[in-house]
Amino acid sequence: MATESENLESLVNRRYEHGFITDIATESLPPGLDEGVVRAISARKNEPEWLLEWRLQAYRQWLEMKEPEWAHLHYPKIKYDEISYYSAPKSDEDRPKSLDEVDPKLLETYDKLGIPLHERARLAGVAVDAVFDSVSVATTFKDKLADAGVIFCSFSEAVIEHPELVRKYLGTVVPRRDNYFAALNSAVFSDGSFVYIPKGVRCPMELSTYFRINAANTGQFERTLIVADEGSYVSYLEGCTAPMRDENQLHAAIVELVALDDAEIKYSTVQNWYPGDENGVGGIYNFVTKRGDCRGDNSKISWTQVETGSAITWKYPSCLLRGENSVGEFYSVAVTNNMQQADTGTKMIHIGRNTRSTIVSKGISAGKAQQSYRGLVRIMPQAEGARNHTQCDSLLIGKTCGAHTFPYMEIKNPSAKVEHEATTSKISANQLFYCRQRGISEEDAVNMIVNGFCKEVFKELPMEFAVEAQALLNVSLEGAVG
Amino acid sequence: MLEIKDLKCRIGDSEILCGLSLSVNAGEVHAIMGPNGSGKSTLAQVVAGHSDYEVTAGTVTFKGQDLLELEPEERAREGIFLGFQYPVEIPGVNNAYLLKAALNAKRKHHGLDEIDAFEFLKLAKEKMVTLGMDPKFLNRGVNEGFSGGEKKRNEILQMAMLEPDLAILDETDSGLDIDALKAVAQGVNSLRSAERAIVLVTHYQRLLDYIEPDFVHVLSQGQIIRSGDKSLALELEDKGYDWVREAANG
Repeated sequence: MATESENLESLVNRRYEHGFITDIATESLPPGLDEGVVRAISARKNEPEWLLEWRLQAYRQWLEMKEPEWAHLHYPKIKYDEISYYSAPKSDEDRPKSLDEVDPKLLETYDKLGIPLHERARLAGVAVDAVFDSVSVATTFKDKLADAGVIFCSFSEAVIEHPELVRKYLGTVVPRRDNYFAALNSAVFSDGSFVYIPKGVRCPMELSTYFRINAANTGQFERTLIVADEGSYVSYLEGCTAPMRDENQLHAAIVELVALDDAEIKYSTVQNWYPGDENGVGGIYNFVTKRGDCRGDNSKISWTQVETGSAITWKYPSCLLRGENSVGEFYSVAVTNNMQQADTGTKMIHIGRNTRSTIVSKGISAGKAQQSYRGLVRIMPQAEGARNHTQCDSLLIGKTCGAHTFPYMEIKNPSAKVEHEATTSKISANQLFYCRQRGISEEDAVNMIVNGFCKEVFKELPMEFAVEAQALLNVSLEGAVG
Repeated sequence: MLEIKDLKCRIGDSEILCGLSLSVNAGEVHAIMGPNGSGKSTLAQVVAGHSDYEVTAGTVTFKGQDLLELEPEERAREGIFLGFQYPVEIPGVNNAYLLKAALNAKRKHHGLDEIDAFEFLKLAKEKMVTLGMDPKFLNRGVNEGFSGGEKKRNEILQMAMLEPDLAILDETDSGLDIDALKAVAQGVNSLRSAERAIVLVTHYQRLLDYIEPDFVHVLSQGQIIRSGDKSLALELEDKGYDWVREAANG
């Protein structure tokens, strides 16, 4: 056993590969938060008065709220007055019109991350709205999208160019005071993406945003809003990595999705933020509110996520199934290693008749990591004929990690059919020995077993993302077996 | 091919093999017999490289190289195959996927190109026909929900695909009904060749009715106490293990 566990330790202790800091000058606001900071952020973005007012109300609401403590997470108190709430690349006022105008250092960073922007965009036909720190610095394929009538731009741009759309939908899925972190985001959100798919349009390409967190001590507060008008379809990909650093970084994003009648939104995430070192030092604190509103009849929203990063994850991508026959899906693979902690899951709120939801959650824990699945299935009294199927599986690697499951079900309509299946398993030494006896290395065997475990979720990811996700899983797990 | 000399090994504080020697040449079929707890399975596991067992003395060479220096996967790629007594289930991992990964790991080790999916399927299906297996096996999770007989047959399929130089089959007959036993034995027999050595670890003579060994060894308390030809197995069946033990002591 001795040699085996040594091997595993060296695998587990492999350094985070994407840890480096790009040296780009930033114009950050000094640390601390008050109304002046909210006004300063709004002013820098030349926002209209109504949005400033909206932010200020959120800020005042946030002041009255308390940080939630119910999650199965342990971390030092976040000192909100030591965080800088805005940072932007220097070229903020004169943003590059094409990749040629982008700071070569930034392009180099993408290269190191294995995200050659132009290559990827050209080969895969993906439009990329790259958020570097807080301001978008490169947007491609706009013309092609414009031909289809699709709006895909940074949130700040949308506020200026499409104020009527932003105003109509902003905060209608995640209200300002939905939760502590949502209120904070609503007050100080810096940038993010905005997508609008017009009636009957099938978005001609997968939309993709790579988020990066780069300025030290700067919280990131993205805000994404996707609206799929009647009969439209869009697939949106979100992926990210972050440089290595020592301080904890707060990240509190909001994603709002709105699907009108017969519309479908597929939202896929690969999340690879710096998880901290093997002692849990550093790493991102990720408190995210993601919610989709199936507002129209026969609409569908599908969340697929592969979560491998962050020191702390607090995240429950959810669906409000308002429209009749609307469908919500949640497919998740969450990996926690070393000292990582994740409290993640979903909420499916069945409001409309004959609404259906599927939850497939795969949690993998290694090292000393702790992971919780927290899921709510609520069937409202008027949701005649609602159905849910939940499958929640945990895989443990080693003896020092933990998996916890907190499924909540609130069924208020007797016609509902709700199923919940849960399993917990371990990668056993016998499984590994069996594979090795067939000539397969230990590392490959772990990857094979883990990928087998996650198969149901990976098949929901867009092709190129699935490949990336698998590679990411292999890098971030490098798992332990006891 | 395989030379074991004065091998001693233990698990925790208990010594299980106490100076065992065995020589196996290409083309030979050896049967290792013995009562429960005599160290038969340990021998199989040690040769395959299971890390639970600590080798304290002796040498094991395979095709001239020091086997004890090699990791389990290296031993496998060099041509050692262990048919497990209890093949593990690996849920979600497709049987074909494991087989292909195993085959390619071996091919790569020997400087060959990886086999492509089409060739692989063709080869696997051929072997399955020979072994009388349903090709649907390939798409199931590794041993997932397999019956005892299916698991053992799956081991033989893996062996047929990997074409080892030395196959050690640990209690391949245990838990099989007579039809499954015949099928497995037929599979093993079809893999006998002048280049390949097979070591059968078994409790009962029954398997040897179908796979005829060249040599039979009796293992007791971690040592081979008697070796002979196939008639030894019949004699054992008749007189029991106590008979050999007494003979050895006296």
